[in-house]
Amino acid sequence: MKFTDLHLCVSWDNLEQAKRLIAKSAELGYSQIGVPLAHSIREETVDQLRQISAEAGLDLVTRLDLAPRSAGELLTGLRRFRRKFEVVSVFCNSKSVARQAAKDRRVDLLCFRSFDSSKRFFDRAEAELASASSAAFEIDLAQVLSSFESKSGVGVFSRLRREVAIASGFGVPLVISSGASEPLFLRRPRDYAALAFLFGLDESQAKRALSFNPGAIVERSRSKQSEDYVMPGVRLVGGGRGD
Amino acid sequence: MTRVVRRRYLALKVDCDEPLEPSALSDVIWNAVLRLFGEVGASQAGLYLVRFDEKSGVGVLRCFHTALPMVRAAVASITRIGNLKAVVHVLRVAGTLKALSRKEGLVSERSR
Repeated sequence: MKFTDLHLCVSWDNLEQAKRLIAKSAELGYSQIGVPLAHSIREETVDQLRQISAEAGLDLVTRLDLAPRSAGELLTGLRRFRRKFEVVSVFCNSKSVARQAAKDRRVDLLCFRSFDSSKRFFDRAEAELASASSAAFEIDLAQVLSSFESKSGVGVFSRLRREVAIASGFGVPLVISSGASEPLFLRRPRDYAALAFLFGLDESQAKRALSFNPGAIVERSRSKQSEDYVMPGVRLVGGGRGD
Repeated sequence: MTRVVRRRYLALKVDCDEPLEPSALSDVIWNAVLRLFGEVGASQAGLYLVRFDEKSGVGVLRCFHTALPMVRAAVASITRIGNLKAVVHVLRVAGTLKALSRKEGLVSERSR
């Protein structure tokens, strides 16, 4: 099984740290990693990261994290940067941003940074919009681990359990990612699947959220960015000269 | 007579900057199970640290097979051992120590 971690927080200005983290990911059994990058990142830096990943036997996926303050800002960000990155995630800090992100087909991942109930907008309406646009709901396990390290996990797990049930009910794909910024935060895919047991995912659902769902997002995005892509369901198959 | 209790043996690898004592690892696993599943859950887990090599950081943990998902989740939730940042990876799970040693070569039967 091919495992993907779509949120590996590699620091692109510290290549030594990046090397260590990427090597650890490869050692733990991942084959594809998504690295959040700044929209202003230089092409050479991305090439360097790609090379480091290739040396470790990993496929690098470029990711952009957008944290807009309004729906308009989100639309501007998507218009400007969507084509430069393979995966686009949106940190939904307000309800209007969450709704806009859920209905926009250019958004791949919906993320919620806080476990505070007033800042999580993944409800049935959000799930319905997301299921129509094929955006996935991302669960960042570094955030889960750090939040219940400092306080009780009761609220975190009950909230996640409810959101996972809503997502499953509406057919919204779930993506589990590490969110790790140092090797000691990384775990094996099977260990993440075991952690997902705490918020109601069985082993097969958890494995799907670690392999098939993120893999499908990357594949869809790459096929959209390929030269023969015209529009959803339409692809250029010939050269246009009758051949 | 058939054995009622089926067990699982987990090969663990601890990643930590400093060497650990077996008791510290045992305590942190017990605390993680207690914290997540309470005293009733912990009493049903049948936890026992069979062995732990401080140098390599590799050890074997035993639990009841019905408690395996609980124990795996608890082990994966560990982020610190004492004041040190640490992570405990589950390398393998097997039904007997012999099978564990056959699978990974991690556990020597003679070292028991």
